[in-house]
Formats: sequence, structure tokens, C-alpha cells
Amino acid sequence: MLDNLLLLVQAPVLNIQLLLDGLLIGAIFAMAAYGLALVWGVMNVKNLAQGDFVIMGGYVAYVFTKMDLHPIYALPVAFVVMFAFGWLVYVTIIRRVIDKELFTSLLATFGLAILLQQAMNLIFGSDVQTAESGFDTRFLFGGMVSIAEIKFVALVLAVSLSACVVIFMKRSRMGQAIRATAQDARAARVLGINTDRVYAFTFSLNCAICGAAGVLIAMIWVIQPYFGVVYSIRSFVIVTIAGLGNLFAVIVTALGLGAAEQFSAFIFGAEFQVASVVCLLIGVLIWRQIQQARKRQVVE
Amino acid sequence: MKTLMRHLLGALLGIGAFGLLVAGAAQAKVEGDTITLGSAISLTGKYSTNGVHAKNGYEIAVKRINETGGVKVGGKSYKLKVVYYDDESTPARGAQLAERLIKQDGVKFMLGPYSSGLTKAVAPVTDKYKIPMVEAEGASRSLFTQGYKYLFAVLSTSEQYLASSIALAAEIAKKNGKKPSDVKVAMAFENDPFSLDVRAGVIDDINKYGMKIVVDDKLPRDLSDMSATLTKVRALKPDLLVVSGHSKGAATAARQIKEMKIDVPMIALTHCESAKVVDKFGPSVNGFLCPTQWAETLSYSDDFFGSAADYDKLFKATYPGYKNVPYQSAQASAAVMVWKDAFERANSFDTEKLRDTLADTNMKTFYGGIKFSEAGNNTAKPMVLRQIQDGKFNVVAPSEWASHSVDWPRKAQ
Repeated sequence: MLDNLLLLVQAPVLNIQLLLDGLLIGAIFAMAAYGLALVWGVMNVKNLAQGDFVIMGGYVAYVFTKMDLHPIYALPVAFVVMFAFGWLVYVTIIRRVIDKELFTSLLATFGLAILLQQAMNLIFGSDVQTAESGFDTRFLFGGMVSIAEIKFVALVLAVSLSACVVIFMKRSRMGQAIRATAQDARAARVLGINTDRVYAFTFSLNCAICGAAGVLIAMIWVIQPYFGVVYSIRSFVIVTIAGLGNLFAVIVTALGLGAAEQFSAFIFGAEFQVASVVCLLIGVLIWRQIQQARKRQVVE
Repeated sequence: MKTLMRHLLGALLGIGAFGLLVAGAAQAKVEGDTITLGSAISLTGKYSTNGVHAKNGYEIAVKRINETGGVKVGGKSYKLKVVYYDDESTPARGAQLAERLIKQDGVKFMLGPYSSGLTKAVAPVTDKYKIPMVEAEGASRSLFTQGYKYLFAVLSTSEQYLASSIALAAEIAKKNGKKPSDVKVAMAFENDPFSLDVRAGVIDDINKYGMKIVVDDKLPRDLSDMSATLTKVRALKPDLLVVSGHSKGAATAARQIKEMKIDVPMIALTHCESAKVVDKFGPSVNGFLCPTQWAETLSYSDDFFGSAADYDKLFKATYPGYKNVPYQSAQASAAVMVWKDAFERANSFDTEKLRDTLADTNMKTFYGGIKFSEAGNNTAKPMVLRQIQDGKFNVVAPSEWASHSVDWPRKAQ
């Protein structure tokens, strides 16, 4: 561990590599996490199948490469396909659990996650798959820092998609309706908003964002029917730290976590890459508890 | 009335259970001219791909044996048959099904499941009932330290998987006028029983040569990113990089080594074949060293399947879907051959006698030599190391079986 730290001090350029890698992948986590925050905040459904939606998007990209098409074109297709799939899931499952207690929605989405995993396993098999982008790698600082162009492309796509979503939420009728429903569903209904449609749209939008994230993940990493859980966990960690309904906080947290992961993997070894994220979560929760305790005292 | 019903029901159940017992005893596993073997194997779930490879391996051997005169015991010729159950790739289910095979179906001769994890679940059951099991797909070293008496494995154990790459690195260092102890090794192993066994074997050999370990990372099971590890590798410039983490580890490593253009003269990793790295990553994986239990180019042979190449041909003709014959299938076939050999030498169906006969196995097959140690693992067959050269897998070590010389440093594009 000390050797690794020393290495970072001796060759500071390595810090840049780790930071870049972390930020680039953090941008993709941000997408899945934002979708989760949306559904959580608007509908109060904690979606445990989040990661499996991501992997489904990844398989869309995989199917594209199988058909000899560039996987980047799969991005809009995955967005649309997953939007439709989200609507279907909402109508068949989510609508029935939305006003039930927390445990019901957790169980329902957990069941959905298992179903999706097995379905993907039956369709695509249990082999690990990738979608090759064929992009090159660029070197900076005399070959010490490498950036895969695909990661950069993914960053640009992730940022522009997020920007679109933000503008949509701020400007469009549906976006305003979603925000109104999130604030107070009953009042929204009284004012003539069809909250059932808002819920359906929100859930579908989440699926679509996840699908797009999945396409990028298939091009950067590898996918397999059972890999969804990693993305579910990361989304939950990010949303728990950042809080609901604040896209900016979600993005900053996701980027920070991405970088934290890379540094801890470098310093403590890869076995602590995911563990460090969870430790960070615990730290944040304790800190928040203390803060709130102080607030309660003030109120008293 | 209610009590009467209950009594009736009880009686019916009793009769049913008795019937099952009688039926079980009646079918006890050599019936007429058929010997029945049993196996719980992963036909669905995450091991299904390899589970099916193994099953096909069992089936082709059974078919071949039945076509060529069957198994001769006591002057009579018997046919082989295998009863399969799907263990859904879960150890608990595997153990249950082993009980069912032995207790309900009366199977007395077992073939193994797929993967070390499943074998670990099944072996205690077969050992408890003193039913011999010849397994072909569980390589973990820890299977052979439990004192199981009825477990026999035809494959090489996991600590041998990458150890040969260390010997090869030492050989190359000497050739280049360096000392083996100057060799720097970077290691990345998944944190699971199998990969840690592989790591243990590598570390033993590293210590033997006094080499230096510069990176020693353990990849979590649910991680598909090793760029931090590779950043370290690039900074520390090792002479050899070894990676093991099943298909996912191989695919992740190949992808990120390509992406980050990691320039290490020697890279060795397990599961190149099952991760299909050549199809996925093309010329960037040239020069990777990949261990394998078996290759169709090896000069092993027997008078049953012929040479390894003959087996390859027969397998592809029988199962046209295969472009390459996975070693998982070859070793499964070898396990069935071991059973045939044991039946004929024991000249009996007594499980105790068969166990002792199995322990004395010493045969040459298309899959390699088979001779069991006291612990039940096969000591007569080495792991071979293949290098990806222009997209082809060529055997480069150990030198006794090598068909090509090793490319050093690796030439990747």
C-alpha cells in the first residue's frame, strides 16, 4: 500500500490517469443513478432492477455488433426500445405496487431483476460479451497517460443526454408535470395532472436512460446477464449520498465516486475498489446522522 | 371420517414409499445389459454453456463405447447409460440431486458435475454413501485436501494452470542472459476459490525462482474494470503479467490491455478460449499465453478414440455446432473411459472393489495419461501452455509437447 502511494508521489502523472479514468466512468454511473433518483423521488419506488435495465441496453449494443452495425448507433435504438419496455413494465407491474408499502415494491422489482437475468441468460447465453467500438487510444504525457477514445465519446454522450434530460424536466409540459407530481401527487391530481401517465412516463424515461448507459458500458467494459447488480448497487450508493431530485448533486457524486474507486483500487489494490465505495457511503450516512441530530436539537 | 381418511392416506403413502424402495432396489444400476451412471450437471444457469459441453463429452464417449462392443464384465457385454439432472448451476441443488440419484434412482456409479463449486457440493454426498465418482470438471486444489476416498478427477488441478508460465519466464530470462531472480511479475487474480488456487501455484513457483512480485491485486467477483491495476502495471514495467478470473477476467483483461496498450513482453491468462478473446479483440491478443487441460494438436492417443486429433474430428462430426472442441468435453469423455476401464479390470459391480480398482488406474488416453494420486487427482497429465500466434492457439510449453516456439516479446498490433 505504501509502495503504491509512493508511486503516485514519484510519478504524479499517474494521478491524472486515475482521475481521468474515474471521471469518465463516473459519468456513466451518473446516468443510471439519475434514473434511479427520478423514479425514487417521483414515485417512491426503489427499483432493484436498475442494473438489469442497464445490462439490457448493453445487449442491444451487442445485437448491433452481431448485425455488423457500429454499436454507437444502438444508443438511440436502446433509448427507444427501453422506453417502450419501461412502459410495459409500468403497466404490468409497477402500477400495482406504487401505492403499496416499501417492502412490496422492493420485492416486486427484485423479482423483476431475477426474471430479466434469467431471460437474458436464455436468450444470449451465459458467456461474457462486448461490443467493440473499434476506436483507438490516445496518449498524453509521453505515453504515460492513455485515454480510450470510446471513453471520451461516452463522456460526451452521457453529458449531452443529461443536459437534454435537464432541459426537458425544466421546460416541457411533461417535465413540469413530473416535478409537480414529485412535490405533491395529490395536489397535482387536483390541478388536473394525470399522475398515472406521469408515473408511466417517469418509469419509462428511467428505463430509457439506463438502456443508453448500458450501450456505453458494453462498449467500454464487458456484459453478462448477471452483471446488473453492480450497477444497481452503485446507483443506490450515489443516490443515497447525493439525495433525491438534484441532478447536479448526482452528477458530482457519481464523478467523485468514479475517481475515488480508481484511486482506492490503485492504492489499496483492486479488491478494495467496490468496498471503498461502500465505506464512503457508511461515512456519509454517519456524518448525515450527526448533522441531523444537531438540527433536531435546534428544533427542540 | 377424518381420521379414517388420514389412516388411509398414511397407508397409501406407506405403500408408495415401499414401492419406491422396491423399485429403487430393482433398478440398482446394472439392469439387464445396461450399466447406469448418474450425473447432476448445469444445463441452465450461469454455467450452462460449459455444463452442456461436459454433457456432450459424456454422451459422445457413451455412444462410442456402446457402438464398439460396450463394457465387458464377467464375460458379458454391457451398454452404458447416463441419467442426468439439471442442477441449475447452484451447489445446493447439486447436492440434493446427488442424493436423489443415489437414494431414489439407486445409481451406484457417478460422473461429476461442472465446476469446482458444484463438485465441492456433490463430493461430500457421494463420499457419505460410499459411491465412487469420476469427475472431469472440478479442478480446485481444495477438493483433494478433504480426504475424500471416493472422488477421482481426470483433470490437472488448478494450481498448475499458470505455474508453467513462471517456468517459461525463467527459461527466457536465462536465454537472454538474465537471472530468473531478476524477473518482475505482476499478478491480478479474481477473489474466488478457483483463481486463488491458481495464484497459490504461481506464488509457489515465483518463490522457487526467487522472482519479484511488483503487483498483487485481487479482483472482486463483481468487477469488470481493472484499469487501476493496469495503470500500476504500466508504471512498474514487469516482465510477466499473469491474470486469472474466469471468462469475465479474460475478456476484461484483453479489452483493457488493448485499450491502454499495455506493453508487457509476456502476458499469461486463463480462460482465453471460453472468453473467445481472438474473435472479440483480434490481433491485439497475439502473444497471450493461455493454459489448457487439453488441445487437439497434442500427440496423446489411445486405441479407442485414436489420437487427440481423431477425437476432435469425431466430436465435430457428432455435434456440428462446434468450431473448436472445448477441453471441458474432452475431459468428460475421458472420465467415461476411466469408468469403462475400471469396470473391466474389476470385473465386478461391487462399489468397494471398483473404488480400489479406480485408485489403481493407470491408462493412456487421447486426453493424456491418467493415474490418480492418493488424494484422487490425476498426476500423469501436465497442463500445457498455448500461445495465441496470428489468431491461432499453438502449444509452446512444456517443451516436450510444444509444436511451436514461443514468441518473445509478444507481438501485438
